[in-house]
Amino acid sequence: MDYDTLLQILGASIRFGTPLLLACLAGLYSERAGIFDIGLEGKMLMAAMCTGAVAAITGSVWIGLLAGIAGSLCFALVHGIASITFRGNQLISGVALNFVASGITVLIAQALFRQGGRTPPLSGDGRFNPITLPFADALSSVPLLGPFYAKVLSGHVILVYVAFLLVPLTWWVLYRTRFGLRLRAVGENPASVDTAGVSVVRLRFSAVIITGVLCGLAGAYMSAGLQAGFGREMTAGRGYIALAALIFAKWRPWAALGATMLFGFLQALALRPDVITRTVGFDVPVAALDALPYILTVIVLAGFVGRAIPPRAGGEPYVKER
Amino acid sequence: MVKLPTWADVILVPLISLLLAAIFSAIVLLAIGQSPMEAMKVMVEGAVGSPYAWGYTLYYATSFMFTGLAVTVAFHGSLFNIGGEGQAQLGGLGVALVCLSINWPHWALALPAAMIGAALFGAAWAAIPAYLQAKRGSHIVITTIMFNYIAAALMIHILVNVLRPAGQMDPASANFPEGTNLPTLHEIPGLSLIFTKQVPANVTFFIALICAYLVWVLLWRTRLGYEIRAFGKSEKAAAYAGISSFKIIMVAMLISGALSGLMAINNVMGESGRLLQNASEGAGFIGIAVALMGRNHPVGVILAAILFGFLFQGGAELGLWTSIPIELRTVVQGLVILFTGALDQMVRMMLGFVFRPSLAKGAA
Repeated sequence: MDYDTLLQILGASIRFGTPLLLACLAGLYSERAGIFDIGLEGKMLMAAMCTGAVAAITGSVWIGLLAGIAGSLCFALVHGIASITFRGNQLISGVALNFVASGITVLIAQALFRQGGRTPPLSGDGRFNPITLPFADALSSVPLLGPFYAKVLSGHVILVYVAFLLVPLTWWVLYRTRFGLRLRAVGENPASVDTAGVSVVRLRFSAVIITGVLCGLAGAYMSAGLQAGFGREMTAGRGYIALAALIFAKWRPWAALGATMLFGFLQALALRPDVITRTVGFDVPVAALDALPYILTVIVLAGFVGRAIPPRAGGEPYVKER
Repeated sequence: MVKLPTWADVILVPLISLLLAAIFSAIVLLAIGQSPMEAMKVMVEGAVGSPYAWGYTLYYATSFMFTGLAVTVAFHGSLFNIGGEGQAQLGGLGVALVCLSINWPHWALALPAAMIGAALFGAAWAAIPAYLQAKRGSHIVITTIMFNYIAAALMIHILVNVLRPAGQMDPASANFPEGTNLPTLHEIPGLSLIFTKQVPANVTFFIALICAYLVWVLLWRTRLGYEIRAFGKSEKAAAYAGISSFKIIMVAMLISGALSGLMAINNVMGESGRLLQNASEGAGFIGIAVALMGRNHPVGVILAAILFGFLFQGGAELGLWTSIPIELRTVVQGLVILFTGALDQMVRMMLGFVFRPSLAKGAA
C-alpha cells in the first residue's frame, strides 16, 4: 500500500468513525448513569430523517440539525420515562424504540415527500460542507506530515471536529466536574447518591438527555454530512457498532475515540478490497471485515483482552423505598 | 403500589397495553394523513377475512411461535436471548445443507432430518454466547446482538460464495429437490376443504403447536424445567439447592437456540424452497414481543404469535392495497413491545387506581 492510498483510507476512516464516535459518547453518558441504551440506532435514524427532511424543506442545514436533535430527544425522553419513571426493562424499551424508529422514519419521509421513504437530495447550504483547516495548502509540500494534515485531518465537515472536541470535553466532565462524579456514582451505586441528597431521577434524566443530543448530532451527520439526504435504514447498524465500541472502550472517553476510529478504519477498508488483497497477498472476504468489529467486541467481552466491566447499577431501575 | 388481582395482571394488563399501542398507531396514521378505520378494515380483511388470508396469517404465526418459545425458555432462566434472529438464520443454513445433501424421496423423511439440522445449527449459534455468559460472565444480551451481526455477515458470505449455483445472480442457494416440499394446509386431506387455494401455511404449524406443548411440559413438568425456573428466580438460591449455573445457562440457551433455528423449516423449507438472504425477516426480534405479550407461557405465546401474524400479514396488505407504507407494521410492533414490555408498570399503576377502592371495600 502506498502512502497516498493509506491517506485516502485514513481520511475515510475518520468520516466513517465520526458517527460511531458521536453515538458511542452518547451511549457513554447514559450507561455511566446506569441506563442501558440499545436504542442508539433508533435515535440516530430518527435524527437522520428529521435533519434530512427539515434541511430539505428550509434549505438550512442548521435548522435541520436542530430538528434532528429534537427528533432524537423525543425518543430519548420516551426511553427515560419508560426506564426511569416507570422502572421498565431498559433493554426491551431500547429494542422497542429501534422498531418504532425504523418504521416511523419511512412513514414520515414518505408522507412528506412521496419519494419511496427517502428525503430529497441536499445540496449547498442544505448540508454540511467540508472545512479546509488553516495552512492545509501551504503545508502540503512538507514531506509525510504535510499531506497527512491536508488529506486526513483537513477537509471534513464541522461535526467531525465537534466530535473530536467532545472527547476531551467528555473526559473533563466525567472526571473533573461535580456533575461527572455524581453521574458515575449514580451508575455504580445510586443509593449512595440518594443518601447524599442528590436526585437520582434528575441525574439519570440529564444523562439520557445528553445521550439524545449526541445521537442527534450523529444522525444529522449521517444524512447531512456523510451523505446528502435520508434513506431508509441508512444507519445500517451503526448504533450497535457504537455500542460494541463502547464496550470495547470499557466505557472510557479516550478509549472510545480509539475504538470508534478502529471500527471506522475497518469500514473504510471493507470498501477497498483491492487494497487488502494487494497488502496481505490473498483474498479476504468482505464479510469477514464487516463482522470484525463484532468479533473483536465478543473477544473483549469474553475477557481475553482485559476485562470489560460495565457500570455496576447498569440496567437496574432505582427504587427509593427498598 | 396496589397489588393487582391475578386475572387483571394476566388478562387486563396485556389487553390495555395492546389498546394503548393501537391508539398510538391510529394517531400515527392520522398524523400522516391516513384513515385508521380504513387501515383497520384492510388489515382485518386481508389477514383474517378469508381462509386464504388465514393461510398467510398462520404461516407468519408459525414462525413467531418458534421464536417466541425460544425467548420464553431463555427468559425463565432469566436469560434475555436477543439472538433469535441470528439463530434462525443459521437454522436456515442447517435446513438448506440437509435438503441439498441428497435427493430426498419423500418429505416425511426429509422433515425430521431438516429439523435436526435446523435445531443443531440454531443451538450451535447460541452456544458461544451461552458459554461466555456461563464461564466468563459476558452479558448475554450484548453477545447475542453481536452474534446477530456476525450471522448476517456469515450468511451473505456463504450465500454469495458457497451455496450460490454457478450462473445465478441473486445471493440464494439452489432450489431444494421435489422431495423436500412440505404439504401446505391446502394439500392436507380434510383441511383442503377449508383452504381451497394454495397458501404458505404448512405442516410446520402443527409442529409449532407440538413444540409449544413440549415447552410447557419441559418448564412445568420436568426436573430440568424446575431447575431452569428456580435459577431464573434466584441464582443464589438455585446454587444453594445444588443447581449448577453453568449447566442451566448452557441448556436453557441451547434449547432456546434450537427453537429459533427450528423456525427455518417453516420459512426456508416450507415456503421458499431455497435459502434466501435474510430469510428470517426479523422474526427473531418479533419473538421477543411475542414472549412478552404471551407472558412467557406457551399458551400465551401461541395467541400472541397469531396476533403478530395478523399484524404482519395485515401490514403487508396495507402495503399492497393502500398508500400506507408497509413500514407501519414495524411501528405497530415497536409500540406493542414498548407498551407490553417497557411501560407495563405504567399500565399497572393506572389499574392500581381503579382497583384500590374495590380492594379497600373487600378488606373492610
